[in-house]
Amino acid sequence: MTKRVHVETRINGREVDFLCEPGQSLLEVLRDQLHLTGAKEGCNNGNCGACTVILDGRIVDSCLVLAPEVEGREVTTIEGLAGPEHLHPLQQQFLEHAALQCGICTPGLIMAAKGLLDQNPAPTEEEIRLWLAGNLCRCTGYDKIIRAVQAAAQQMEARV
Amino acid sequence: MVTTTRPSEKTTHKVIGTRPIRPDGVDKVTGRAIYGADVTLPGLLIGKVLRSPFAHARIRNIDTGAAERLPGVRAVITAADLPDPDKGMADVGEASATYRDLSHNVMARDKALYQGHAVAAVAAESASIAEQALALITVDYEPLPPVLDLVEAMKDDAPLLHEDLRTNELGTLSDKPSNIAAHARFLKGDPAAGFAEADVIVERTYTTTMVHQGYIEPHASTAYWNADGKITIWTTTQAPFAIRDNVAVLLNVPVSRVKVIPTEIGGGFGGKLPPYVEPLAAVLSRKSGAPVKMTMSRTEELQASGPTSGSRTHVKIGAKRDGTIVAVEASLAYEAGAFPGSSVRFGSLCMFAPYDIPNMQLDSYDVVVNKPKVAAYRAPGSPAAMFASESALDELAERLGMDPIELRLKNSAKVGTRMANNIPFQHPVGNVKVLEAIRESDHWRSPLPESTETRKIGRGLAMGFWPNAPLKSSCFATVNPDGSVTLVEGNPDIGGTRASLAMQLAETLGIPYEKVIPQVADTETVGYNDATGGSRTTFTGGIAVYELGQDIKQQLIERARILWQLNPEDAIVYEDGTIRGPKEGQQLSFDQLAAQLFKTGGPVVGRASVSPKHVGFAFGCHVVDLAVDIETGKVEILRYTAAQDVGKAVHPSYVEGQIQGGVAQGIGWALNEEYVYDEQGRLVNASFLDYRMPTSLDLPMIETILVEEPHPPHPFGVRGVGEVPIVPPLAAVANAISHALGHRFTDLPISPRRIIETLYP
Ligand code: FES
Ligand code: FES
Repeated sequence: MTKRVHVETRINGREVDFLCEPGQSLLEVLRDQLHLTGAKEGCNNGNCGACTVILDGRIVDSCLVLAPEVEGREVTTIEGLAGPEHLHPLQQQFLEHAALQCGICTPGLIMAAKGLLDQNPAPTEEEIRLWLAGNLCRCTGYDKIIRAVQAAAQQMEARV
Repeated sequence: MVTTTRPSEKTTHKVIGTRPIRPDGVDKVTGRAIYGADVTLPGLLIGKVLRSPFAHARIRNIDTGAAERLPGVRAVITAADLPDPDKGMADVGEASATYRDLSHNVMARDKALYQGHAVAAVAAESASIAEQALALITVDYEPLPPVLDLVEAMKDDAPLLHEDLRTNELGTLSDKPSNIAAHARFLKGDPAAGFAEADVIVERTYTTTMVHQGYIEPHASTAYWNADGKITIWTTTQAPFAIRDNVAVLLNVPVSRVKVIPTEIGGGFGGKLPPYVEPLAAVLSRKSGAPVKMTMSRTEELQASGPTSGSRTHVKIGAKRDGTIVAVEASLAYEAGAFPGSSVRFGSLCMFAPYDIPNMQLDSYDVVVNKPKVAAYRAPGSPAAMFASESALDELAERLGMDPIELRLKNSAKVGTRMANNIPFQHPVGNVKVLEAIRESDHWRSPLPESTETRKIGRGLAMGFWPNAPLKSSCFATVNPDGSVTLVEGNPDIGGTRASLAMQLAETLGIPYEKVIPQVADTETVGYNDATGGSRTTFTGGIAVYELGQDIKQQLIERARILWQLNPEDAIVYEDGTIRGPKEGQQLSFDQLAAQLFKTGGPVVGRASVSPKHVGFAFGCHVVDLAVDIETGKVEILRYTAAQDVGKAVHPSYVEGQIQGGVAQGIGWALNEEYVYDEQGRLVNASFLDYRMPTSLDLPMIETILVEEPHPPHPFGVRGVGEVPIVPPLAAVANAISHALGHRFTDLPISPRRIIETLYP
């Protein structure tokens, strides 16, 4: 059996450590070991974005990140977005705008959109479309997703 | 006596037509919702499938010994571990299959019939051990010539996929083996006489390739075969009851031994109707004594789940100079994949359904080829057929110098018009209204941008039709002391149906939407429900919750009678959530009565089981503006508007979403998506990188126009809305490109490569 490696990291603001095989992806560890199944697997090769998480402030496809690479770093997953009694504006606006049908792409899209709004609080439609082009949604045709991101940007702007 | 307001007499609804947040929403935006692959159990094993590298090969021998000896491997199976069922017909949605074919598709027996066909499976303590075990299985194949092309497959001397397959030739079984499983025909009037009257005839052949539903969540199932013989299956499916029934037959156990627990489902579009890994996981669990989870990779999905047919359709339309269509002829051949049962007959039924045409002959051929067995895909059969018919109509309009909307209006079907299958439109349909809606739209009235030297602009229009399927729904509900109602239904919620059913029940009972708490139950908790498919969940489920609401109202009236100590003949009225007795001021709100149920005989539980004999037919008309870059061949969608007759939009946002999603899939089908096989029958683009589905960057906002021509027999006038929007985009896009470039494109996809090869031959 392959020797497993010990990894210490921060996930959603908490210290976490785990053992994994050197070739295991972050997505596999999140889902199968840490039971953070909000990140989804749609392709396992970086083409659908369903597994998007934020690593040190940048969005990544967690299926393309080796789990040992997160040693000493900071991971945010969809599970780390909402507070106990409130949703993140993106989550709220996805609901208000019916921006999900089956919902399997939703965690990845919300994380990707968060990555955008964190660095560009007022993106144009074109900027949103370009940024989200790595996240496939097969149900919605993206229309309501774009609108939800725009509305969330406005909601967050209003709060500041 | 119970008196309720008849919904059709009601001009305003309180709940229907509003846009509340879906009940499962918070779980789905926080990552808490449990989808197929999220299921886990103590002692869980991981199952993996060994798949054929050959498109067509005899399996001489399978040696699983080395795999079985690998530490950590707990079970290995082949087709020898599955019973071989008979040829009864299985329920797999709008495509069809015999149980035997279903079984042989789930696991190859004797012959592998497409690349990716399952030949063995293992269960192991980890995914990596399972992968290693697959590599240790040796299969002795005798490769056979693959049959990959529709025209070749139909030839008399083509290699045969099934030595025992005989053509069902217009109802009689022919005596010679063939790859043509069936030839069917719809005939109306006298086409030859019709064509003799025609001033103009348009005639062309159109082709499409296999495409995939492309749901983002791969198939994922977990099965546990307990020591008492009870099989529990957690699976992502559109059809928990059909999966239960199919698995029972495939494993030769009574249905009472199989329990299917549907998880949340990450898209299906028809592709999650048939069983794939469920029976394999169950058998691996029986052999290992532990629960087994199996998920398909994206490559496995593309190679070996159920895409939709590639097709070849010949169309001939004859019309008078004034635009009156006098006759049509069509011949459609669809790839069924490795086993018979494509939706080609649905295609031939749909293709001219919006029109009143006196003479028609529509021939359809169901053809097996060495590609995966097709499954249903959103309005199955209709998109490819209407790509052909609506393209030909566009050309006819051009030849006649007529506006494409006027041509369609002139020939439109009306109440009483019979479809190709001789079934008349009994109730009002929206085909004329959607055409008028597009004619009056801002989009249609707006001028096109100017073409430039390298950027050619075109506008295209097309209609779509899909009959929808009512099928069976059942449900029950309990009134809680706080005035809430727990609704238990049986349709996996693929796009907001918990909301649309809760809304229709709330409307029926006259209570707020938030008071209805819907649950999607497993196959042992609720009565039989057909699939989430056929655009039926909001339609038939709506009828069911309406009937359920009547049952609850009746029971509440009797409880009020007890409270008020009234006689059976005293009139009690239930209206808008208030129960009124005959005396002045004698009334109780729903909540007040709900709080007193325990002293009047215990909880109130309502139920309904429905199987409607009618269905609301669905029509759409779409228009698209696009730009073709003649240097790169890239097509940019500039503007898109879709009008659809939705009957009554229960939750308009989700209705719009269905239309927008269908349009996106249709645009992908028209422009980029295709199965590309090499000569050996190997799929060369089996990943999301190479199987190109539309991204957010490929599409504009999609404008929707909801036309509401109520379907009278439905309590709220609802029509199914989910499927028809995928139909018009294929021809609308092709027509627009044809106008932009002055050349008719008859083969999909109209990819950059095809455009460049056409422009610069
Ligand atoms: S699963 Fe990671 S990009 Fe698709
Ligand atoms: S909502 Fe289903 S894939 Fe996006």
